[in-house]
Amino acid sequence: MSAYLGDVVVLARKDLLLELRARDTVPAMLLFVVSALVVFRFSLPAEASDLAAVGLLWIAVVFTALLGLTRAFAAEREQRLLDGLVLAPCDRSAIWLAKSASVLAFLVLAEAIALPAFALFFAPVGWETVAAFALADLGIAAVGTLLAAMAAASRARELLLPLLFLPLVIPIVVGGVGASVQADPGRYLAFLGLYDLVFAILAWASFEYVVTE
Amino acid sequence: MIVRARGLERRFGEKRALRSLDLDLGERDCLVVTGPNGSGKSTLLALLAGLLAPTRGELEVSAARGSIGFLAHEPLVYRELTALENLELYGRLYRVRERRERIGMLLERYGLWDARHERVSAYSRGMVQRLALCRALLHGPRLLLLDEPFSSLDAAGAEVLDAELAALAGERALVLATHEPERVRPLATLDLALA
Repeated sequence: MSAYLGDVVVLARKDLLLELRARDTVPAMLLFVVSALVVFRFSLPAEASDLAAVGLLWIAVVFTALLGLTRAFAAEREQRLLDGLVLAPCDRSAIWLAKSASVLAFLVLAEAIALPAFALFFAPVGWETVAAFALADLGIAAVGTLLAAMAAASRARELLLPLLFLPLVIPIVVGGVGASVQADPGRYLAFLGLYDLVFAILAWASFEYVVTE
Repeated sequence: MIVRARGLERRFGEKRALRSLDLDLGERDCLVVTGPNGSGKSTLLALLAGLLAPTRGELEVSAARGSIGFLAHEPLVYRELTALENLELYGRLYRVRERRERIGMLLERYGLWDARHERVSAYSRGMVQRLALCRALLHGPRLLLLDEPFSSLDAAGAEVLDAELAALAGERALVLATHEPERVRPLATLDLALA
């Protein structure tokens, strides 16, 4: 178990180091999410309710996550480095877990900018929205990383990833918007937690088959 | 036998990259694979490494995943990491004992010690190939698969590799796919010419 966690830490540290040096994912995500919120600010009618704006916030974050996921395996894809990692004797699910952790970190960074920006342009966000995003991030990172690995092996990866990812995050949007706007957010948060658990187990168990023939 | 193949075949769609190959490779054999471009040399090595599955036939490789060293066309190193960081990463994943000493020894031997803190993106093609060789050799593999190992190496680098292969021949199982068979012919116990 400690060897497994050691592999995860080593691989996640590598991903964070690569991003720190290349800086080609997080700045793009930050710019995108702020730009999207600015566009929404000017596209919503003045009399539109804050509830509609909350829905747009979730859309902005989902598409920001998609942007990050398209780059998640960029280094591995461009230099066929996934072969090098797959050949190593570590459990292949450690590759998924480490990559999910780095995707999660990038997403949290994007939201650290997006939520204050939303509060500035629209309305303050409550604890339930923050909790919903925290749970949603786990699900997005788990499912998105698996799908990004699948798409990375395909020639039509730019098309494939959104086609696979967006239908699978509909429950996250439903749960997240529900938790953000309903008077009783508890059951929506529980739904997001259940989604995370189910899809994290599925992604963890199936990653090996995605990266091998 | 460390490798046993019977009727091994691999297709990519309609194209047959490798056709009906029988192969027995012993623990201390050195197999030299030759053939023109597109004859299936790289495909054979990828099959032996476990990166591809056969389309038809049987393939048994008795070396565990962690005891195979594979030098592919791509160096399989991160361009934005330094040589030291790349080898540290693989050394940890391969659970290399006395990792630091082993990495230092390989970097020294392949003339990369002074450039160990430079990012691989700043390396010449020959230096990247040297680093890729260090990566493939790092964990002391039982089965070493080298695809065009002399590619991009200068005379000094090729001499180091000659000495390395001479030391490994008779100790480990080697599979060398090359367009320079005369260079490794003295080491060969088996020849395979793919058409």
